[in-house]
Amino acid sequence: MSHNKHSVTLDISKCKGCTNCIKRCPTEAIRVRDGHAVIKEDRCIDCGECIRVCPYQAKKATYDKFEDFSHYRYKIAIPAPALYGQFEDLEDVDEVLTALLQCGFDAVFEVSRAAELVTEYTRRYMKKLDIEKPVISSACPAIVRLIAMRFPYLKDNLLPLLPPIEYAARLARREAQESHPDLTDDDICVLFISPCPAKVSYVRNPLGVEKSAVSGTLAIHDFYFRIRSKRKEITTPLPLSQTGIIGLNWASSGGESTSLLSDKYLAADGIENCIHVLDEIENGTLHNLEFVELNACIGGCVGGTLNVENPFIAKARLRSLRKYLPISRNHAEISEQIPNDLFLTSDLEVDASSKLSEDRMTAITKMAAIEQIYRTLPHLDCGSCGAPSCHALAEDIVKGEASETDCLIQLREHFEKQEPNV
Amino acid sequence: MTEHVNFHFEIDGENFTSAGEASVRIKKNLREMGFSPEIIRRVSVAMYEGEINMVIHANGGTADVDIYCDRIEIVLSDRGPGISNIELAMQEGYSTAPENVRSLGFGAGMGLPNMKRYTDDMKIESKVGEGTTISMTVWV
Repeated sequence: MSHNKHSVTLDISKCKGCTNCIKRCPTEAIRVRDGHAVIKEDRCIDCGECIRVCPYQAKKATYDKFEDFSHYRYKIAIPAPALYGQFEDLEDVDEVLTALLQCGFDAVFEVSRAAELVTEYTRRYMKKLDIEKPVISSACPAIVRLIAMRFPYLKDNLLPLLPPIEYAARLARREAQESHPDLTDDDICVLFISPCPAKVSYVRNPLGVEKSAVSGTLAIHDFYFRIRSKRKEITTPLPLSQTGIIGLNWASSGGESTSLLSDKYLAADGIENCIHVLDEIENGTLHNLEFVELNACIGGCVGGTLNVENPFIAKARLRSLRKYLPISRNHAEISEQIPNDLFLTSDLEVDASSKLSEDRMTAITKMAAIEQIYRTLPHLDCGSCGAPSCHALAEDIVKGEASETDCLIQLREHFEKQEPNV
Repeated sequence: MTEHVNFHFEIDGENFTSAGEASVRIKKNLREMGFSPEIIRRVSVAMYEGEINMVIHANGGTADVDIYCDRIEIVLSDRGPGISNIELAMQEGYSTAPENVRSLGFGAGMGLPNMKRYTDDMKIESKVGEGTTISMTVWV
């Protein structure tokens, strides 16, 4: 198991030091130094954009291996609904769930079950009067980290309920202990089968809760082949699935918001689109919106980098899987409003790493220096200095992380001035 | 130590779809300088409304933002048609925006009132046929 809190890492041996990833990173968290990329850990939100764009597969997601958990007495799989969209001839979710048991799990608990409950509680939450609108979904951990870093003012708009992954893990543990009273919490491991690196990081470094009830994260693309080979052996799948249309819809963009049964919603996917929407919300220019669903990956969770299948194909398959399913098969107790244990318990830490200085006077001085240096740079944003843009280089110079001679264009001009005949 | 930092923007009147970008830039900069979210929001909304106004009514202009420890000064200047009745223009809901931008949700007559609401001090100087200069201050 990796001790690094981030899932996204760099394989230095494969990195050629090109500029693809630095230009694509939405938080400008990557620089090229000494011929290879370096990820600034405090700025990375594990969105996986660099994994998508790297032509040399030098960026990769780390995740856990099933074998790392063999010492647990009772192992529960909690599959993301995106998993079901990966198989080409799947007729029933039960086939995948039964195959998971054959792979060595003692139980399965679909994350989509928890998602259906979160949906019901979200509807109740939306009726409260004293909340910030629009409410922004907190299900995508890359988006939550992005808000903590770039949109701190919107922190209070985040839905303060457990994301389905966390709620599913808790319900799975509860269910296991009810059916096996001899199990202690330490006997049980809950493994999430993940479509994306952001969820891997979430488990290692949770948001809104002190410690995640999820024990580890397996990658869909890593576990896919085991499920596939076990599936072939199954003649009669067990009736395990307890998910309806709403639960399956959570795998794609728009699924969470349409299930709230209100048309005052916005659903955006793809990190750049999400940033644009957050800018608009912060400017106060989006009116009459109740709920905003943002997914860092294009297409939603089916677009995560740990999937096998193209997001649009996976989405189409999920659409045919949900046919003839009940709308929802998990319902909240009518009597209670929202149970206390469904609320997030720890405050989202607003990230200060983007601040130039804690002291405002120093920050203003530094900002003035950045602008002055920026004016002297060529404004080509070529990336050959290792920073994503000329402005980012100016910031790095003032922070003491780069020097003006890193700019190749300036260096050439300097050289030409010194030796005009060369 | 430098006491303040100035940001100068040329607001392009030809490019309606990029209106609002200076506001986004300022927002990012203020954040890096550690201003509170409340201040950032007030400045960026006032900037945004001003930018939109200059693009809709005046074919663009310039924006100068001066950031000090204790205040942020915004000066928006254009060579547009000017405002003939400032008192009327300041009324909520009063708008002379053309129909084509209303379809995008603009022209609700809230631009100037919002700029006043979100800043501590706002001064409008306008001459019909010559242009408009709006100076705003947000105290920290």
